[in-house]
Amino acid sequence: MHKGGRIIAFAAVFCLVVLSPFIVNLANAAPAPEASLDTPTINALSQKECVADAAYMRDNHMQMLDEWRNDVVRAGSREYESASGQVYEKSLDGTCLECHSNREEFCDSCHDYAGVQPYCWECHDTAES
Amino acid sequence: MAKLLKQDELLDFSLDATSADWRHAPVEFKEGMYCHGAKPKNLEVVGLPNGHDWSPTDDDWHLPEGWKDIVLNGMEDLMKKYRSFKLYMDVCVRCGACADKCHFYQGTGDPRNMPVARAELLRSVYRRYFTTSGKMFGELVGARDLTEDVIKEWYYYFFQCTECRRCSVFCPYGIDQAEITIMGRELLNLLGLNTEWIAGPVANCYMKGNHVGLEPQTIMSNIEFLMDDLEDITGKRITPSFNRKGAEILFVVPSGDLYAEPGTFTFMGYMLLFEQLGLDYTLSTYASEGGNFGFFTTNDMAKRLNAKMYAEAKRLGVKWILGGECGHMWRLVNQYMDTWNGPADFLEVPVSPITGTRFENAASTKMVHITEFTADLLYHDKIKVDPSRNDHLVVTYHDSCNTSRAMGLLEEPRYIINKVCNHFHEMPEETIREKTLCCGSGSGLNAGENMELRMRGGFPRANAVRHVRDKYGVNVLANICALDRASFPALMDYWVPGTKVMGVHELVGNALVLDGEKERTLDLRLEELPKKPAPASTGDAGVEAAAGADAEGVGSDA
Amino acid sequence: MKIAVPLALTLALAGIAWAGIQLLGLYGLFGIVVPYVALASFVVGFVYRLVKWGRSAVPFRIPTTCGQQKSLPWVKQNKIENPASTAGVVGRMLMEVLFFRSLFRNTKTEKHGANLGVGSAKWLWFGALVFHWSMLVVVLRHLRFFLEPVPAPLAALEGFDSLLQVGLPVLYITDLTIVCALTFLFVRRVVLPRVRSLSLPNDFFPLFLLLGVVAAGVAMRYFVRVDVEAVKEMAMGLVTLHPVVVDGVGTIFYVHLFLACALVAYFPWSKLMHAGGVVLSPTRNMANNSRSVRHVNPWSRDLPVHTYAEYEEEFKDKMVKVGLPLDAE
Repeated sequence: MHKGGRIIAFAAVFCLVVLSPFIVNLANAAPAPEASLDTPTINALSQKECVADAAYMRDNHMQMLDEWRNDVVRAGSREYESASGQVYEKSLDGTCLECHSNREEFCDSCHDYAGVQPYCWECHDTAES
Repeated sequence: MAKLLKQDELLDFSLDATSADWRHAPVEFKEGMYCHGAKPKNLEVVGLPNGHDWSPTDDDWHLPEGWKDIVLNGMEDLMKKYRSFKLYMDVCVRCGACADKCHFYQGTGDPRNMPVARAELLRSVYRRYFTTSGKMFGELVGARDLTEDVIKEWYYYFFQCTECRRCSVFCPYGIDQAEITIMGRELLNLLGLNTEWIAGPVANCYMKGNHVGLEPQTIMSNIEFLMDDLEDITGKRITPSFNRKGAEILFVVPSGDLYAEPGTFTFMGYMLLFEQLGLDYTLSTYASEGGNFGFFTTNDMAKRLNAKMYAEAKRLGVKWILGGECGHMWRLVNQYMDTWNGPADFLEVPVSPITGTRFENAASTKMVHITEFTADLLYHDKIKVDPSRNDHLVVTYHDSCNTSRAMGLLEEPRYIINKVCNHFHEMPEETIREKTLCCGSGSGLNAGENMELRMRGGFPRANAVRHVRDKYGVNVLANICALDRASFPALMDYWVPGTKVMGVHELVGNALVLDGEKERTLDLRLEELPKKPAPASTGDAGVEAAAGADAEGVGSDA
Repeated sequence: MKIAVPLALTLALAGIAWAGIQLLGLYGLFGIVVPYVALASFVVGFVYRLVKWGRSAVPFRIPTTCGQQKSLPWVKQNKIENPASTAGVVGRMLMEVLFFRSLFRNTKTEKHGANLGVGSAKWLWFGALVFHWSMLVVVLRHLRFFLEPVPAPLAALEGFDSLLQVGLPVLYITDLTIVCALTFLFVRRVVLPRVRSLSLPNDFFPLFLLLGVVAAGVAMRYFVRVDVEAVKEMAMGLVTLHPVVVDGVGTIFYVHLFLACALVAYFPWSKLMHAGGVVLSPTRNMANNSRSVRHVNPWSRDLPVHTYAEYEEEFKDKMVKVGLPLDAE
């Protein structure tokens, strides 16, 4: 094989690169995080209900937040009525983080896991809470 | 020779309206676009298989029994032997970058002359018999059966490719249609299919040492005539040395330079140079061919013809080999010779006896290109030249395909031309150096019966020459290739009449100042040199004498 | 036909994934079995093709030289376009692989009556370059699903790719560029008569597959949202060899995954192998030094030649007459 060594090396590097996720994860395979609902506010709720059902929120919370922001800032619309008829203020700090006050265990754990870097916190400073 | 069409008839085609389905159009043998079939006797001389009587226009080509297996086994064999072939069958993505780069496509508009399409002629068969998808899905994945019509198509189109490699420059994977054409011709040769214009010279070269079949006494008498001319021109009698043992250098030229104009003028240039240098060289009547039409048949044949050079160098006991101006000869010397017939351990690393320059780039092959040799002389001021003798010439330079794209010999000839000529103009950038356009007659296509093909294939080159003729008044097309010298005169007559075709060493020969020569009044073509405007200086034949001096006192000797 | 068949095939593949999940609920098949099979096809196929090419000999040194050779010391060599050393070859290959050097030379030949002209034609180069670089970034971005924790450089790449901060989830620039580039590559195949006449169904199929994968991916990110955390859980399951199916991930994800699997599995058996082939191309990956270093042909064999002795035997009388010396006395 002309330059067989190099071709085999090339094939080996190719395999190494393609299979690198398998190799890297041999060492540490962290389990998926579970978003924690363990906050004083939630625990105090008689009926544990969010602005929409959990499955929807898992998939679409970022889009809802985006819409809320636009509604508030551009249209001055501040009220959101959920499917169950409950009315909420369209507010990250006032509504969402009121219940989910455990940002690290609730928001960050999943975001970090999925490699998402939301820019919410560039304005909404949760440090004081 | 078929009657040639008028220019406007020839150019009545479009490059933009490519017919949609060339894949299924049957091949049509057009008069003037193909060469006669090889005669069996010329194939038998060299032991090429399956020679038989046939003509490309016959319905039945009398292919040998089991021809299909012969071809398919041949393909399998070639794919094991050549990674290039296997790879280039597989990796083409049909991006089309090569499509309009081929001079034959540019001159015919025939879609099958797009390099990628030419490759598909073979690739479609490869898919059908050597890939799973092709076996299963056939035409849907661009596969097709091997039929006699396919063989005919191969013959027609693999002899409409000059193996110039221009497509390979533009291909993102370097797919080289020359390689594929070479493989196609190997396969055709398995069936005894080649052109007579190639098979004849191959047989000649094998038995007599050169393509035209010049026997030793004929070579000697031709040279005699040339030396007579040189005596008339310079007043000096030169006696070239042949078959001389113990010479330092073996000089090998393409045989065209030995017998046919304008190659002979180039040869005269070499001889004047060697005479002035007192070079210890010899030519050979046995290795009297630098070119190698064997390369246009099969690799084995090329190797067998090439073997003469080293064999003769060894027999004569020379130290190294100097090679004349020839394109495909230099592709082979640069990329094949040492591998075929080396190692040349009986030779020494070439050293110029005049300048002492050691040609490290030829350390293994031990063969130096004449323009490398001469450029080195000029750089070290070892020869005296009078470029004003070429003042009536307005020169442009054609890079031959092989020396530019299979070697990279670009600057050396230009350096020489600039030293020996005062009027040099380049053709447009897209048509020179690695992007040079072929003469349209390379790889054994310089026959008479395919003249229309040659005029078409050479059209893009001629178009660029016409451009510099109109812009700068260019009247000389300089080159370093015997096939150029053989084919350009006809091409220029057709497209750019009045353009002379000259080897670089013809220009050198004109300008070279010999010790003890008489005042030159004739150039190497025995044509009157224009009268010098003024004897401007007394000493050196003046570089400064030429341009601009007023014509006062013509004829008064300095 | 050339376009209809591959298009139908691509749509059928998408349909299979949709039906398999939506109607039959074959989560295990599409979420676990197919990805493993596709990966195996990709890796084994790629290596198989490399080895198969590698087993063919390289009998001669045949670089296509695109610049001045190395010759006399005072003549400036073009060390990249006409390399004489391994370093030069590496440089040439890098230019070829990273920047598509040869494609950059592309021109357009124009015929105006009896004249040929040469026009600029950089669009193919540009479109191809944009596609391939976008593809690379997209693939690297997807590594966030397969690595835990997500390495900082990947996060940085992602941040860079979403620099514009348009919409939420933020728009990736490469999502935009890859769609544009693929569309361009498709349109030129249809619109340019020459290229259309050259194209085969196997040229359109990968384009459609890629467009399908990208379209499903884009839809999933910006329009039909799925639970990203669950997706990562499944991806991590695959690469840790503890595959799981997580409930509640939308069908669109399976369509995206299945098309991607089809592409990856198809890759080594198709023209897409130009990715591996380009580095093996003898006209590009060899140094032009065969006059100074002897190249050996592994299948070289001795062949009959017409020797000088035979030549002299035939012509000796004639040679003597013109005064040429003879070996045989």
